[in-house]
Amino acid sequence: MQQIRLAASDLIEGLRAWVVWGLLGWQDVRQRYRRSLLGPLWLTLSLGVMVGGLGYVYGDLFKTPIDSYLPFLTGGFVAWGLISTLITESCTVFVAAEGYIRQLRLPFSLHVFRLIWRNLIIFFHNALVFVVVAIVFKIVPNWGLLWLIPGLFIILFNAFWVGLVLGALCARFRDIPQIVSSLIQVVFFMTPIMWKPELLANRPVFVHENPFFHFVELVRAPLLGEAIGRDTWVITIGFGLIGSVLAFLFFARARRRIAYWV
Amino acid sequence: MARIALENVSLDFPLFGAGSRSLKKAFMRLGTGGRLARDSADTVVVKALRELSFTVVHGERVGLVGPNGAGKSTLLRVLAGIYEPTQGLVESEGRPVALFDPSLGMDMEATGYENIMLRGLLMGLSRPELREKTADIAAFTELGEYLAMPVRTYSSGMLLRLAFAVSTSFVPDILLMDEWIGAGDARFLDKAQERLHGMVEESGILILASHSEEIIRRLCNRAFLLEGGRLIAAGTPEEVFAVYNDQGRAHEGF
Repeated sequence: MQQIRLAASDLIEGLRAWVVWGLLGWQDVRQRYRRSLLGPLWLTLSLGVMVGGLGYVYGDLFKTPIDSYLPFLTGGFVAWGLISTLITESCTVFVAAEGYIRQLRLPFSLHVFRLIWRNLIIFFHNALVFVVVAIVFKIVPNWGLLWLIPGLFIILFNAFWVGLVLGALCARFRDIPQIVSSLIQVVFFMTPIMWKPELLANRPVFVHENPFFHFVELVRAPLLGEAIGRDTWVITIGFGLIGSVLAFLFFARARRRIAYWV
Repeated sequence: MARIALENVSLDFPLFGAGSRSLKKAFMRLGTGGRLARDSADTVVVKALRELSFTVVHGERVGLVGPNGAGKSTLLRVLAGIYEPTQGLVESEGRPVALFDPSLGMDMEATGYENIMLRGLLMGLSRPELREKTADIAAFTELGEYLAMPVRTYSSGMLLRLAFAVSTSFVPDILLMDEWIGAGDARFLDKAQERLHGMVEESGILILASHSEEIIRRLCNRAFLLEGGRLIAAGTPEEVFAVYNDQGRAHEGF
């Protein structure tokens, strides 16, 4: 019972220390700016080049007209970039913060908030690629774009509990990060990011039963001006609710040991 | 009024991945004090602290003495609230500030000024408080124009000055230090000690782990001798060093 109370106060204190994680996360991004002219825009640029190149090759391969394929691909990559980085960086969220954890008494959740904040900033850098694509293909934004806000919020909410769990587990078992990053790669190919879901009409399992498809949709659909499907809302919000309850119970048990593990 | 009370505090430190023999051996060579016991699941558990009970009150400057691996650093981390003990109760009134490794928690790419802000925020100061104190802190470091340069260009002595200046820019209730005051040049050491003395006089508690008998005698008015995670002796630094040296051990450890 006491551990549950301590875990809850860790989360609250972490949230309230927004000045600290705001600055730390911002500094993480600025660090990338510091010694190069383009900074994090390098990532944006490389994403742009990749999407451009892939768009022409795969659009042809899948016999999809480029003016519908390229925006789809770009939206998918921007979404996937956020989701996959959040997951892979979750693995190192506590291990990388070892210096802080072993020197200062800070709420553990603070490190997760920092991670999420940093990736949100980088997401908006990458979203520039989509802006360029939208201009080139004359996609006029409609009100549906506003769904991006709740969509992003659901992704970040899920990222929070995933960060707490993966961060703690990976601090304890150091081989998990490798497993996670190979799984992420497999998921990338199995999720409709490079290919349109219609192409797999006879095996809808990979689309509709794949939670990653729904998380990608939370960003991609609003960008493309499409409505987010009801299933997507239900699955992603359900994931968030169930996941966060289980993650909280796990965190309440693991919290006091994280300092030993890192 | 600052106060720390420990009641029957024990801490078992699990060493994971110790199933591999090499790590275990390496640790056995390293750790002299911590008793190694085998957990059921092939995990080595170090009994880092055992049944510690003591009370430290306002104005006391406590030196922690003992061989390497006696549990001094672990005890400091327990007092800082970083490690939660496996057993027992830690009660502390007042906010602890720990100065363990000065370069930890510094952003090497950021400038000295940015690090003052960052470290200050991490220690729980607010932005307005920090803006008010920045000039004072900068003056104490004597780093001048270096403060506008990235910290990665600093020498370790300069880093230490910066960390010390920020961490001591306000009077903490409880100051915890792990053997680093010896770094830096002699003049800065004098200055640091002057500041420390002032801080302790004004308020709070100092707990300092050190191998240097001279530093503990100069700074502390009380001392604890730890060995194998147990509190062997407590008293004035003179008394405790008498016991420690009697055991026929050099104070550098083994």
